[in-house]
Amino acid sequence: MSELLLGALVSGVLLGGFYAAVTLGLTLVFGYLNIVNIAHPAFLVIGAYVAFACNGAFGLDPILVGFLAMPAFFVVGVAVYSVYNWCFERREDESLRGLAFFFGLMFIVEVALILGFGVDYRMVAAPWIGETLTVGGLELPLRMAIPFAASMALAGGLWLFLTRSFTGRAIRAVAEDALALRLVAADPVRIRRLAFGIGIASAGLAGALLVVIGPVDPAMGRLYIGRVFAIVVLGGMGSLGGTVCAALLLGVAESLTATFSGPSWAPAVAFGFLLFALAARPSGLFGR
Amino acid sequence: MRTRLFFGGAAATVVAGYAATWAVGNEYYLYAGYTVLQYVALATAWNLLGGYAGYVNFGAAGFFAAGTYAAVALEKATGWPLPALLPAAAAVGGLLGLGAGYLTLRLRGVYFAIATLALAIVLETTMANWDYVGGAAGAFVVRPREAPLFASYIAWLFWLMLVIAVFSVCVARTVETSRLGRGLGAIRGDERAAESAGVPTLRLKLIATTLSGALMALAGAPLVYYTSYVDPPSAFNLEYAVNAVAMPMIGGTMTWAGPVVGAVLLGALQQAATVTVSSELNLLIVGAVLIAFVIAAPEGIVGLARRLLARRR
Repeated sequence: MSELLLGALVSGVLLGGFYAAVTLGLTLVFGYLNIVNIAHPAFLVIGAYVAFACNGAFGLDPILVGFLAMPAFFVVGVAVYSVYNWCFERREDESLRGLAFFFGLMFIVEVALILGFGVDYRMVAAPWIGETLTVGGLELPLRMAIPFAASMALAGGLWLFLTRSFTGRAIRAVAEDALALRLVAADPVRIRRLAFGIGIASAGLAGALLVVIGPVDPAMGRLYIGRVFAIVVLGGMGSLGGTVCAALLLGVAESLTATFSGPSWAPAVAFGFLLFALAARPSGLFGR
Repeated sequence: MRTRLFFGGAAATVVAGYAATWAVGNEYYLYAGYTVLQYVALATAWNLLGGYAGYVNFGAAGFFAAGTYAAVALEKATGWPLPALLPAAAAVGGLLGLGAGYLTLRLRGVYFAIATLALAIVLETTMANWDYVGGAAGAFVVRPREAPLFASYIAWLFWLMLVIAVFSVCVARTVETSRLGRGLGAIRGDERAAESAGVPTLRLKLIATTLSGALMALAGAPLVYYTSYVDPPSAFNLEYAVNAVAMPMIGGTMTWAGPVVGAVLLGALQQAATVTVSSELNLLIVGAVLIAFVIAAPEGIVGLARRLLARRR
């Protein structure tokens, strides 16, 4: 029993680490920029398919593809934000229509992937997938441990960027007070565009991790909408540390549920978590 | 006067629909018509909360399927005929709506939208684990071969859905022209200001979420008789959720006519696309049309038409 519990805890932590990678981009976009990008998981799935396609065609390592594709995802994010800004933010009509915009975008991405790759599950191949690392009696499958490590690297990189670099601090400033930023002659739109691009780039990387962890299909993004928003809200809306903690918590909760009451209940955990979080503590567990 | 005209038109539609079930030779039109009418009902129900009060419900599929599963469960337990199942389905949807309404106590704007999305998935997982209604394997209902007074069973289903759709539109119009509708409009404009002006925002929101949920469930209740088989992925299909949002937005969210226009146009377009091209294209069409409309014509077809008419005058 205790061995089962320990195993569930360890795999929960690894899973939660991966969830952190999926969510960090949304923490930037939703937490800092206040843009409700419900299409965030759609970019995650695109990232997974990019890794799958490059892995299948050139035999490249999926994680490597994930990192290499980040600039391209950054450009896509900048483009999407430009459209969003041009059509909604300028008219100050972003709430309802903007939400519908991302909702529509999510469907277009899903159908485009179905038309391009079909509805079958896709997976990647790499020599290390399937290996298991044993540390002090704990079994760590590399399929989970490497995404965990990549995710922590992403979190650390983002944290350094936001706290140390000038641009990163400008992003945090734009979250605090866009008007004040304009007063010191910085362009909030330019900085928001940059931050949105970074958010999408991190979703692209997380997509590569997604396809390493398990097979993907075009509709997979839907399952992640609840997870990512639950994590951002629980993490206190715009706190990187809070996001990582909330992601680990959710991962452990899901893993425990899957171990002790069956995997068919696992999706409800995230959403139940979210409903609880929204109803009981809208400012998050780690709220400001 | 206009009210009398409206309800006269509604009654005439129901009668004409009954006559049409006898006149239509090809049953395909009844099947397609059922789907379009189902979307009219769903879009109208969504608009009660989304359009009038400005609370976006992304979980329409959840309420819709709640109606379907309420009908399945009750049919299994009692063996009652379909018309007797409808009030029960509506009651379940209304209760769910009331629950969602209590969420709006604390959640404004986007948080409510995300919470409804979550609600739909929690419900779907629950249904997939509830063996009484078939669980993940799905449930069958043997549908009667024929219906009295109707040419065929599908003719009866078509007419029933027409009645449900017309009923929903009547409810929507009644809300729109009442104090309730004006109160909801005040909430949409500025909830805090409405509250300080003495609008009982909580009560109005609870009424709107309950009504909206009940009507969505009502639209979903006959589904299992239409398909004769449901499983969680088909009843909770995201197509319902996206159409429920897209149709009112395309038609126009301010009046009862908007969702009707949007549902008829988009519903018919999707039926045509399913037959002539492929069913994947459905979602692509909805997504693309939705984006085009929110960018280019935020007030929808009805708003656009009104503006053109006003200019001509």
